[in-house]
Amino acid sequence: MTEKRITIDPITRLEGHGKIEIFLDDKGDVERALLQVPELRGFEQFAVGRPVEEMPRITPRICGVCPTAHHFASTKAVDAVFNVQPTPTALKIRRLIYNAFMMEDHTLHFFFLGGPDFIVGPQAPAADRNILGVIGKVGLEIAGKVIKIRRECRDIINYLGGKVVHPVCGLPGGVSKGLDEEHRLEFLEVAKTSVDFAQFALKIFDDVVLQNKEYVDVVLSEPYKIVTNYMGLVDVNNRVDFYDGDVRYVDTNGKELGRFKHPDYLDHIAEHVEPWSYIKFPFLKKIGWKGFVDGEDTSIYRVAPLARLNTADGMATPQAQEHYEKMYETLGGSPVHNTLAFHWARLIEALQAAEAMVELLEDKSIVDPDIRNIPTETPNEGVGIIEAPRGVLIHHFKTDDRGIIEEANLIVATIHNSAAITMSIEKAAKAFIKGGKVSEGLLNMTEMAFRPYDPCHACGTHALPGDMPLIVNIYDHKGELTQQLRRG
Amino acid sequence: MNVQKPKVAFYWCASCGGCEEAVVDLAEDILKVVEAVDIVFWPVALDFKKKDVEAMEDSSIAVSFINGAVRLSEQREMVELLRKKSRLVFAFGACSHLGGIPGLANFWNKETIFNRAYHTTPSTDNPDGIVPQEEHTLDDGKILTLPKFFDTVYALDQVIDVDYYLPGCCPPKDLIVNAIMAILEGKLPPKGAVLSPNKSLCDDCKRNETKPEKLAITEVKRPWEVMLDPEKCFLAQGIICMGPATRTGCGERCIEANMPCRGCFGPTDQVYDQGAKFLSAFASILDTNSEKEIEKIVDTIIDPAGYFYRFSLPYSILRRRRMEAVK
Repeated sequence: MTEKRITIDPITRLEGHGKIEIFLDDKGDVERALLQVPELRGFEQFAVGRPVEEMPRITPRICGVCPTAHHFASTKAVDAVFNVQPTPTALKIRRLIYNAFMMEDHTLHFFFLGGPDFIVGPQAPAADRNILGVIGKVGLEIAGKVIKIRRECRDIINYLGGKVVHPVCGLPGGVSKGLDEEHRLEFLEVAKTSVDFAQFALKIFDDVVLQNKEYVDVVLSEPYKIVTNYMGLVDVNNRVDFYDGDVRYVDTNGKELGRFKHPDYLDHIAEHVEPWSYIKFPFLKKIGWKGFVDGEDTSIYRVAPLARLNTADGMATPQAQEHYEKMYETLGGSPVHNTLAFHWARLIEALQAAEAMVELLEDKSIVDPDIRNIPTETPNEGVGIIEAPRGVLIHHFKTDDRGIIEEANLIVATIHNSAAITMSIEKAAKAFIKGGKVSEGLLNMTEMAFRPYDPCHACGTHALPGDMPLIVNIYDHKGELTQQLRRG
Repeated sequence: MNVQKPKVAFYWCASCGGCEEAVVDLAEDILKVVEAVDIVFWPVALDFKKKDVEAMEDSSIAVSFINGAVRLSEQREMVELLRKKSRLVFAFGACSHLGGIPGLANFWNKETIFNRAYHTTPSTDNPDGIVPQEEHTLDDGKILTLPKFFDTVYALDQVIDVDYYLPGCCPPKDLIVNAIMAILEGKLPPKGAVLSPNKSLCDDCKRNETKPEKLAITEVKRPWEVMLDPEKCFLAQGIICMGPATRTGCGERCIEANMPCRGCFGPTDQVYDQGAKFLSAFASILDTNSEKEIEKIVDTIIDPAGYFYRFSLPYSILRRRRMEAVK
């Protein structure tokens, strides 16, 4: 046997770290590819015994890249535990923070992480395919703009949430701090700039990707396509909502397969365990676990930007809606199964987030002082679901009558995509790695299959030297290192 | 490349990535930092691997910034290696400084954590009782490995020698910049220093003037139970605030958002155990001398371990719950 193994071990974030193993058969073709997550921290266990209202200050440490998502998923779960609703003003403030977060997180990903593949080009030398290459292509001024808009959006979160890593303001029935008129006006300017900036990012996407047939062909190519179900939050009109709404899921043809209120998630989602990874693999309960397979009968679903757009009937804001229509017109209608379209969907969502910020801040009632409803009911059990930038995020707490946690269950955004990411990697690897030949370019092509999920690898820190760090070791069946490829 | 530039490494252990975000949040300043140093290892950002570090000469890295607690075999191996290769090691952030929030897992052990994650969580569908294995052989003989998961979470200096500590969850921008400047200018304080002023948060807190000499409270309130006064000392409102037992330097970020301190900066130099310090400080300001009364009030604190040791359990005198006591 001449089995070969390729290990892609970037030792980088995926709800912790991630590692890819690719096995080659005796012809040197890819037999199997697996994404392993070699980390677990045990939040579900050590939540036990904590006062439930402290969870919004504990769970953000699951992920410092999207702490705002964990903060508000927990805050909403705590609302539910106490059966209390936030005041209208508090709800507006929460939504403002949340949209600012969505905006900065999404645009950062486009320019610094996913974008280089397109802006600089998938075939460009690795040395250029990074933030410096992006700067070279779009100009230093724009790179400065990206840094500035990120900082300004994050300053909104800093002001209202205390710390952007990690916010502290969520309390059952409201928020701890309100907004004054001076800051409303200041943040409104940031919001307006954000709309312009999101439109500008979409323009770059249009110029660089859509006007380039070669790129469009890559987006639509078979190696970057897996056929799955999709899940996301929708508002009462079935439009994309990041903060709240029913959870809806659609099948591989875009037909509604289910829709549920937050407390009912256990009727719809289950998590499969494999002995080779610390991460679990969620699937649709209705269909049952069928393994890592795509196609019409699959029980695998995807979450995050493209999944949200595939799940919804449209966007919640007018400018984003225009781009939504254009995307489906270009890519042949919903659902779109082309994984690289996540990048496009992400920018459309950034625009919705920015428009929503403007809408919220133009409403003068956001400065009302009424920011808390004090809970009056006995705490019991609650589920909070929110759309993290990386997808559906579920926090579920059960407490005693003092509100001390007895049980916690957390299904984190990237976990929903864990099976799909593995499948996407395998498909791309099978297409690009043939006859044992592995080149730097082929590796990037493989890597491009998982970067669209922004699987928390997408820590802003990739920004600096740029590319996803990779090293590939190819071993023969005796475990001897025969070839090493490196890039960065 | 300028050979004079100090070589710097970054590594993360059991952490959330927030410390890495804190570095990126230097925003416009980050380019200056990058210019001044030569980053030789940063797994999240650079293509260097463990064996590249192994190949470096001992003590050839000027500074390693390590964030996250140590909870996996892989993390221990990596920090031991970095220690050998580095002249200075900085514990960056609350998790490496004190164990941090992942350290709350020391109330449990590997078995209870795995049991929850892979068996008893209500969404888990695991009829065959599968548990992730350190080594697993697939049907066709292929072997996959995972790092070992320890029963106990460790702060960094419980595993390797640490030279300096940057406190906070996450460390604030000004302290990071100050630390980097101190390194570049050779103005570091004596070894072992926590790089933030050595006084309590109350000393710097704007609300300090509303903090009474004696607290006339009869029970402790939880933040959701009352309308929080945005100007009054939290303790005076009957709300647990870790300020008296916590080092200052954070910029009172949580308090600015009208929420009490949870102690992420850890204690001052004079104190080893943050929880014990809080309890004694708290008891001393209660407006009663009756031990019984004090006990009664303290009993209204519903989760003392989770409040007082939120960020410092692995570092505390307790360190962890006795293994035999974990059910």
